[in-house]
Amino acid sequence: MIRDITLGQYYPGKSAIHRLDARTKIIGTLAFIIELFVVNNFWGFLVAVVALFTVIGISKVPVKFIFRGLTAVFLIIAFTFIINMFLVEGKVLWHWGIFTITYEGLKRASFMAVRLILLIIGSSMLTLCTKPIELTDGLEKLLKPFSKIGVPSHEIALMMTIALRFIPTLMEETDKIIKAQEARGADFDSGNIIQRAKSLIPILIPLFISSFRIAQELALAMEARCYHGGAGRTRMNEIHFGRGDAWAAVCMVLFLGVIIASRFMGAAI
Amino acid sequence: MSIKVSDLRYVYNPGMPGETVALDDVSFEICDGQICGIIGHTGSGKSTLLQHLNGLLKPVSGDVYVDGQCITDGSTKLVEVRRKVGLVFQYPEYQLFEETVAKDVAFGPKNLGLKDEELDATVREAIELVGLDYEQVKDASPFELSGGMKRRAAIAGVIAMKPSVLILDEPTAGLDPKAHREILAMIRRIHEEMGCIIIFVSHNMGDIASMCDKVLVINKGKIELEGTPQEVYSEKAKLEEIGLDVPPIREIINKINAATELNSDALTAEEAAEDIKNYIQCRK
Amino acid sequence: MRQRSTLVRCTEINSFIEVRNLIIDYTRIDEEGHSVLVKRAVNDVSFTIEKGSFVSVVGMNGSGKSTMAKALNGLLLPSEGEVLVDGMSTRNEDDLWNIRSRVGMVFQNPDNQIVSSIVEDDVAFGPENIGVPPEEIRRRVDDALRRVDMYDCKDKGAHMLSGGQKQRIAIAGTVAMRPECIVFDEPTAMLDPSGRRQVMDIIRELNNDGITCILITHFMEEAAQADRVIVMKDGKIYSDSTPDELFADRALIEGAGLEMPPIIDLREKVAALGVDIPESIVTTEQLEAFLRG
Repeated sequence: MIRDITLGQYYPGKSAIHRLDARTKIIGTLAFIIELFVVNNFWGFLVAVVALFTVIGISKVPVKFIFRGLTAVFLIIAFTFIINMFLVEGKVLWHWGIFTITYEGLKRASFMAVRLILLIIGSSMLTLCTKPIELTDGLEKLLKPFSKIGVPSHEIALMMTIALRFIPTLMEETDKIIKAQEARGADFDSGNIIQRAKSLIPILIPLFISSFRIAQELALAMEARCYHGGAGRTRMNEIHFGRGDAWAAVCMVLFLGVIIASRFMGAAI
Repeated sequence: MSIKVSDLRYVYNPGMPGETVALDDVSFEICDGQICGIIGHTGSGKSTLLQHLNGLLKPVSGDVYVDGQCITDGSTKLVEVRRKVGLVFQYPEYQLFEETVAKDVAFGPKNLGLKDEELDATVREAIELVGLDYEQVKDASPFELSGGMKRRAAIAGVIAMKPSVLILDEPTAGLDPKAHREILAMIRRIHEEMGCIIIFVSHNMGDIASMCDKVLVINKGKIELEGTPQEVYSEKAKLEEIGLDVPPIREIINKINAATELNSDALTAEEAAEDIKNYIQCRK
Repeated sequence: MRQRSTLVRCTEINSFIEVRNLIIDYTRIDEEGHSVLVKRAVNDVSFTIEKGSFVSVVGMNGSGKSTMAKALNGLLLPSEGEVLVDGMSTRNEDDLWNIRSRVGMVFQNPDNQIVSSIVEDDVAFGPENIGVPPEEIRRRVDDALRRVDMYDCKDKGAHMLSGGQKQRIAIAGTVAMRPECIVFDEPTAMLDPSGRRQVMDIIRELNNDGITCILITHFMEEAAQADRVIVMKDGKIYSDSTPDELFADRALIEGAGLEMPPIIDLREKVAALGVDIPESIVTTEQLEAFLRG
C-alpha cells in the first residue's frame, strides 16, 4: 500500500536521536552523504554501516520499518547494479555474447548499490527521527544567514512542510484516479512507449486539477488561520542546541576522521 | 444475469507488520435486475469488496462469477471484466479529463474497441440516460458544468460501457438535497432502461430502504446481515451493535411502536402513513 | 423575503457580526482588460449574528451561502456593502488579522486544511501565526485537542486519521486561536454518519461554551439543531426564522430546493390519506401523543 512508503515519513519516538536539534541532524545527514561519496573501499563502507546501525539502534526505529522503505526503490538499485556490473572493463570473470562481467565491474556495482542503500537509509533516518515541523524549522534557521542575499528561508521551509504533508494525500489521490480510469478500461501496461505515454494523460490531467484544487483550498484555510508570512510568527517548540548536540558533533568529527583515514588505509592495503 | 461471490478473502500487507484481513470469507449472490444496497462503516471492507467485483484487486482466495463466468481465475480478459462490471467511484467527477463531455464519455467505450457511428450512438445514449441534454453538453468542457452535472457526466462515462452490473459507490455524497433526489431518480431510470444489476453503496439508510431489493451489511470484512430491507432493518440489536442507523422513518416508527399498539414495520413515509391510517381507523 | 422582524430587532443590541447590504460579484478580466461580471453570488444581503448564538445557513449549491460565509472573516471582500465584526469592517486591512483570529473557519474537505503532518503541530499553526508565546501555544494546543477529544492522537500523522478525526483536528486548529465565532462551511459533507455525529456534537459543545457558531450545511437534521436558520436562494436571503417555523412551511422548503424533515413529511402523507391530523405536529413525541389519543 502507498501508505507504507517510509521515505519522508516520521516515526514518533523520544530517543536521544529524536531529541537532537534538527540542525544537527540535517548537517549530520549531509556529512554522511558526502562521506559516502568519499569512501572508496570495503573498510570505509564497514565504518559507515556500523555508524548507521548505531544511530538506528539508538533511535529505536524498527529495522523492518526502515527496510520496507527500500522496497519502493529496489528497481533503481537493481538497475544501477546491473549497469555498473556490465560496463566496467577489467579482469574478466564471466563472458557470454556481448555480456562481460569483470572483477572491477562487480566491485564497482557492489559499491554503488551499497552506497545507494546507505544513502536512502541515511536520509530516511533524518525524516524518521525528526518531526517535519522541526525539520523545516531547522532548515529555516540554517538558511537564515542567506536571507540577507535574498534566499527566502521561511518560504522554502513552509514549502517543505506542505510538501511533506501532502505526499501521502497526493499518492492516495493518484491511486484513486488510476483505479477509476482502469475501471473505464484504461490500459497502462501495453503498447509502445508513445502509446504508454499517451495513456498517462487520463491520470495526469485529473491529478493536476486535483493538485490545483488542493492548493487553492489549502491557501484559503491558511489565510483563515491568519497566515501572513514569516514576520511576527512564533513557534510552539523552539529548537535549541543542547549538550546532546555537542556530543553528536564530536561523533561526527570522529566519524569523518575515520572515513578519511580509511581512504588512505584502503590505498595502503 | 447474476453476480456471485464465493468465499472471497483479501489481506492487506500479507506477512508484513500491519497485516489486516480486509475481506474474510465473503459470499453472496445478486440476481437478475436486482438493486442491492451495501452498508457499513468507512473501513469495513466495502471499497475492497467493490474493487474485487471488477478485477481491480485480486483475491487471496475465493472467486467472483459474473453471469456464471468466473472472472478471478485468469481466463477472462480484464477488459472483458471491466465491460461487464462498471464501477463508479466516490466523487467520480474527479476522473474527468477530456476537453469535451462527449469525448470524456467516449473514453470507456473506445477502450473497449468501439468506433465511429457505434461509438457516437453509445455516447449519446449514455449522456441522455443520465439526464443531460446531449446537444447542449456534448461540446462543453466537463469542468464548466455544475457539481451535480459533472457527476452525471462522469457516471455516463461508465454507463457508456453498457455493463451488466453497475456499481455506484456513494453516488450522492456531498450533493445538495435537490441534486441528491435527481441522482436517485437517475439511478432508477438507468435500472429500468438497461435492466442491469445495480449495486448501491450509501450511508443514507432512507435511500437504501427506498431503492433496494436486497441489502448487505458489511462489518470488519464480514457480511453481518443479508436480506430484504425489511429483514435487515428489523435486526435492530445487531445494527446497534455495529453502530449503524435505521432509516429515519423507521426510527420514528420504532419510537411510536414502543409507546402505542401501532406495530408497524414501515421503512418509507408512504408505508408508515398507510399503517397509521389503518391504525386510526381500527381504533374507531 | 420572509423574516421574523422581532428577532432581528432584538439581536441588534447584542450583535457580533453585522452584514449590511452585502454584494459579492465574481468577475473576470476580458481580452481588453475590462472586468466583466460573471456572477453576482451574493446579492444585497443584510443580517446580524447575535453573540453566542447558533445559526445555520442552508440553500442549494450556487445559492451563495459559501461565498457569503467567506465574506464573514474577510476571505472574500464585499463588492458593495459592508461586513462588520464587532464593529470592525473587513474592508479595513489593518483589522483583517484581528477579525480572522476572532472569526475562525472550518472548511468542507478535511484533508485540504491541515498544514502540518503531525497533529499537534497543525493545531499550533494558527496561534503561531498570530504570535502567541510558545508556552501559551502549548497550553492552547493541549486544551483545544482535549475539547475535540483528540488529545491521545497529538503525536500521530494526520494522514493516518479518519475523515471525522481530521475534521476534529481542523476544528481544534481553529479553537486554539480562541475565536469568539466559528464559521463551519459544510464541515460534514464528506464524512460518514459517525464522523458527522462527532462533528455535530463538538459544534454543539462549543456553542454551549459560548462560541458563536455559524453552520452551513445541506443536511436538514443538522440545520434543525440551530437556534435560527437562514435560507439562501439565488444570492438572496429567502427566509430567516427558527427551525420549527421553517419546517412548518412546505412551500418555502420546496421553493428553496430543500427537503422536509421526515416527521413532517410523514404527517403530510397521513393527512393526504384523508386522516384528520393537526398541523401542529412537528416532533415524534407529538405524533406519539396524537396516536395514543
